[in-house]
Amino acid sequence: MTGTRDMTLLFATLFGFWVLLNGSLAGDVLLVGLIAAFLITLLFRNSLAVVSELRMTPRALIAAVGYVLFFARELVKSNLNLAGIVLSPALPLNPGIVKVRTRLKSRMGRLLLANSITLTPGTLTVDIDGEWLYIHWVTVDSADIEAATAAIVSGFEDYLEVMYG
Amino acid sequence: MESLLAFIGGVLLVAGAAFLLLGGLGLVRMPDVFNRIQAGTKATTLGTLLSLAGIACLQPAWALKLALIGLFILFTNPLSSHVLARAAHRGGAEKSPLTGVDRLADDRRGDQA
Repeated sequence: MTGTRDMTLLFATLFGFWVLLNGSLAGDVLLVGLIAAFLITLLFRNSLAVVSELRMTPRALIAAVGYVLFFARELVKSNLNLAGIVLSPALPLNPGIVKVRTRLKSRMGRLLLANSITLTPGTLTVDIDGEWLYIHWVTVDSADIEAATAAIVSGFEDYLEVMYG
Repeated sequence: MESLLAFIGGVLLVAGAAFLLLGGLGLVRMPDVFNRIQAGTKATTLGTLLSLAGIACLQPAWALKLALIGLFILFTNPLSSHVLARAAHRGGAEKSPLTGVDRLADDRRGDQA
C-alpha cells in the first residue's frame, strides 16, 4: 500500500481532481494544488485506493462496467420501492436487523459492498465485523443468514469479487 | 438541439426534486431513526444525482465538474448514513415497535455474557 507507485497514483488523482474542479491553469492555482495534493498524499498514504486496488485485468474492467450498470438499476429500484412505501397510507413496514456474510476478502471490496447495500432497496449497513455485516432491512423477508445473504449480498458480490477479490 | 437538451435538463431537474421531496416525506413518516436514515440516504443520492445531470444538460460546460461532484456524493452519502446508523445503534436509539429481529443486539448481548 505504501509503495511509490501507489503514492504517485494517489498524488496524480488528487492533483487531477484539483485542476478539473478549478478549471484554471494559472500558476498560483497549480502551486496551491501541488502543495495540497502532496500533503494529503503524505497523510493518507495508508488509506484505501479505489483505483490502485482494482485488478487491472480485462475481466475486472468488464466486471466494473457490469457493476456500475447493476448498481444504477438497483438505485432506481430502491427509490421507487421507497416511494411506494412512503406514499402508501398504511406505511407497510416490517423492519429488523439481519446478519449476512460476505466472501469478499479485500478492504476495498467490503467498503464498496457496504456502500452498495446502503443504496439498494430497503437495506442499510449498520455495522461490519470481519466477514459479517449487520443490515437494517425495511421489509424483512427472512431473518435466516443464508437466505438474507442470497437476497442482499450476492448480486453485488459476484461483480466485486472479480474486481477486488 | 439546444432546446432538446434544455427540455431533458428540465425533466431531470423535476425528477430529482420529486425524489428529494419523497425523501423529505419519508423522514417525516418513518417510525424510527433507522428507517428514517434509509429514506434519507436513498432519496438524497438519486435526487441529487438527477439534479446534477439536469444541470449538466443546461450547462454542458460544467459537465465534468458536476460528474466529479456526483462521484463524491456516491461515495460519501452511504458512508455518512452508515456511521449515523452505527452510532444510533450503539447509543441505544429507540427502535420502532414494528421491529422484528435485531441480530446485532443479539450478538452484542452474546459477547457480554
